[in-house]
Amino acid sequence: MSDPIETPLVPNATEEHRRRPKLVLGNVFGRFIALLAVFIFFAVLVEGGKFYTLRNLENILRQSCVYATAGLGMTMVIVAGGIDLSAGSLIALSVVTVAWVLNLNVAGADGSVQSVVALHPVLAPILAVLAGVVITTVAGLANGGIIVGLRLVPFIVTLGTMGMFRGLAKGIARERDIYPPQDTWINRIMDPTLSTHGHSGILLPTGVWILIVGVVIAALLLRYTRLGRHIFAVGSNEETARLCGVSVGRTKLFVYTASGFFCGVAGLMQFSYIGGIGQPTTAVMYELFVIAAVIIGGASFTGGEGSILGTIIGALTITMLYTGGQQMGWPKWVQEMVIGIIIIVAVALDRLRHRRA
Amino acid sequence: MVPSADESAKPDSARLEMRGVRKRFGATEALRGVDLVVMPGEVMALVGENGAGKSTLMKILAGALRPDDGRMFLDGKPFAPGNPWRARHSGVAMIYQELALAPHLSVMENILLGVEPTHGPLVRWKAMRQRATAALSTVGLDQIVPEIQVRQLSVAQQQLVEIARAVALDCRVLVLDEPTSSLTAKDIERLFALIRRLKSRGISVVYISHFLEEAQQIADRFTVLRDGETVGTGKTVGTSLDRIIALMVGREVNELYPRSSRTPGDVVLEIKELSGFAKPRAASLRLRRGEVLGISGLIGAGRTELMRTIFGLDRVQRGEIRVGVFQGAQTPSQRWTERVGMVSEDRRMEGLAYGLSIAENVTLPRLQGLGPWRFVLPSRQRAACEPWIAQIPIKCLNASQRLGDLSGGNQQKVAIARLLHADVDVLLLDEPTRGIDVGSKAQIYRLIDELAARGKAVLMVSSYIPELLGVCDRIAVMCRGRLGEARERDDWNEQKLMTAAIGQEET
Repeated sequence: MSDPIETPLVPNATEEHRRRPKLVLGNVFGRFIALLAVFIFFAVLVEGGKFYTLRNLENILRQSCVYATAGLGMTMVIVAGGIDLSAGSLIALSVVTVAWVLNLNVAGADGSVQSVVALHPVLAPILAVLAGVVITTVAGLANGGIIVGLRLVPFIVTLGTMGMFRGLAKGIARERDIYPPQDTWINRIMDPTLSTHGHSGILLPTGVWILIVGVVIAALLLRYTRLGRHIFAVGSNEETARLCGVSVGRTKLFVYTASGFFCGVAGLMQFSYIGGIGQPTTAVMYELFVIAAVIIGGASFTGGEGSILGTIIGALTITMLYTGGQQMGWPKWVQEMVIGIIIIVAVALDRLRHRRA
Repeated sequence: MVPSADESAKPDSARLEMRGVRKRFGATEALRGVDLVVMPGEVMALVGENGAGKSTLMKILAGALRPDDGRMFLDGKPFAPGNPWRARHSGVAMIYQELALAPHLSVMENILLGVEPTHGPLVRWKAMRQRATAALSTVGLDQIVPEIQVRQLSVAQQQLVEIARAVALDCRVLVLDEPTSSLTAKDIERLFALIRRLKSRGISVVYISHFLEEAQQIADRFTVLRDGETVGTGKTVGTSLDRIIALMVGREVNELYPRSSRTPGDVVLEIKELSGFAKPRAASLRLRRGEVLGISGLIGAGRTELMRTIFGLDRVQRGEIRVGVFQGAQTPSQRWTERVGMVSEDRRMEGLAYGLSIAENVTLPRLQGLGPWRFVLPSRQRAACEPWIAQIPIKCLNASQRLGDLSGGNQQKVAIARLLHADVDVLLLDEPTRGIDVGSKAQIYRLIDELAARGKAVLMVSSYIPELLGVCDRIAVMCRGRLGEARERDDWNEQKLMTAAIGQEET
């Protein structure tokens, strides 16, 4: 219990000020150190130095792309005090939609049935990408609409839509995997650039570049725009935000829509990553990894706290643990348990730090 | 009873004028014609019992509710805010008891939340900093750096940040709801200095408080609400507190502290050299049946910790606790079976379950016997609760009413009814009358007296000295974790208690 009698009205505020930027940087910095520790752990223990080869690092980067991209939207949702459990289903919805468009057939000029891709090799993939992202963005908007319009708890709403969107994905795919008739550039966005010679010009896989652009946009939005600060305000104290004229409903609508959008983009990556197949059962449970990445990244489940950079570090940490665990020859069950433990430890450490502050 | 219409207010030049404001919720009339006139640069105390309609009136002022009838003017212009945001923008700012800040955001972001200076979608941080700094210096927080997170500030500082937010929006009427309830004496002085500064800038202040002495000290005039009506208004100078209290309760309060003959019996609670991990430090006391023992002291002296340690909520470091024949430290659930019950100082967070019914709250510590075998029947819970509702009495619709819908005073009575239902012998009451209206206070004093007369033992912590002197048989003072000797009430007076509380040994 604090003792108000002994608390001066105005403490040495300048000193506290100097502490603050350090604290914020310290948050991300501490997580970065943890990531580094995980890296060093595996770098030393995985035999033959296989872990720190460029190719392996690129691999980790590619694998973390899906979580990290979906994590951008999830960070906004969690900072605003919400949760989006439908993320995994949204990713699958995007994957299936892309494949479905690429698999469309139309009647050719001579009346024969032809595949869209064959007919419009440039236009069709663009259309597929748009369709995939638009459908998930609209789905995200629906999440937000239900939560705001019906004043329901996000956990329950997105638990419901998690099932709905997964069902929709299966429906579109008619409960089968869709194999588009030919490969397009979408298949290649996650292709490694260090192992193949064709892409050397772009240094990193296209998907990673997409992620980097997304990170910059999301981070700037959260930190420097009015909308971004309102997201924090809503998560920190919703009633206050409303009192101060922040349109709480619109802010929430935005974060769920953003989550839908970024899940759509993550879906494109997933589509490429699993080899260009429209698999409706893909990305099951991914929402949990995405949420874990955001939380390991320092976000608070009660809202008001979190950062894009932290989420990226969180996603990398999780992927590194998986890859490292695999290369150490750990059985799958050990890997899963380790990840679980890491999540709890990360949150517990955060708790401790807060209590001391 | 009702003083003549106040001559000092000339409505044509009033800052805020409310005339015949009415509001009805279903069958109950919360406001039945309220008049309130506040002049520019005037501090108006708004007083009344809980349930008198103060909060409804405030919500109407703040734009959260719309009146059914009546007129409101701000500087002569009709004032009818559709929502809180409109009200704030028209210049009426509300500082609630529970502060409305976003703890994770910086001070400057909080001050300008919703009105951030922007350039397109981007926030103009420099302009924000400037405006926030100006507002902070108005409220005397120049030393605070605007980038610091609000949650790193003390409660008193946070309150000032809220006032700074009102100032930044050029507020003309500042409404303060119980602004001193969580402040220390020093902070209160500073707040009053600020109110006087704001006053000199022509800002009008509506000051709502249960602490009538404070209200009298800071306010120029007062308005008394009772049962949704304005029953009196006048200058604070030259009006006695008794007069204001009489207006509030609608009757003279002569017998606020009843006292039946009490005969102290056996010792039922004894602690020896009891220490917690921070507080208390080596506290000893003996509490007898049929006795009310008061504990005085400053906020933070360790009084609450003492109660919690006795009840098993805080850990014992060393020392002895004996309850009747039972010896040693225990968990709260054990304490209940030993017939010790506690009323927490923090009703909302700790004391009561706001979402549950009155019956659920009252019967929670003792559900045995409220149904066959180990079942608990809601009907039996209600039946067990009803006698207390009638006896105390608790003002409510019925035993299944949601606790959160009751007024503060009635909630507190439910907290005490819980101890009665559990039929405890030792009552630990931590600030039992905090934040409740005078009428409920009187009922609680009477209840404490009845319990003591029936042979119960009461240990009571209070920060309100007149109440301790009125209710208790003996009083001990706590200072920095140490508990002084308990002396007969007649050996104490207000000044002696204060001197002991701030740690100056008197001879």
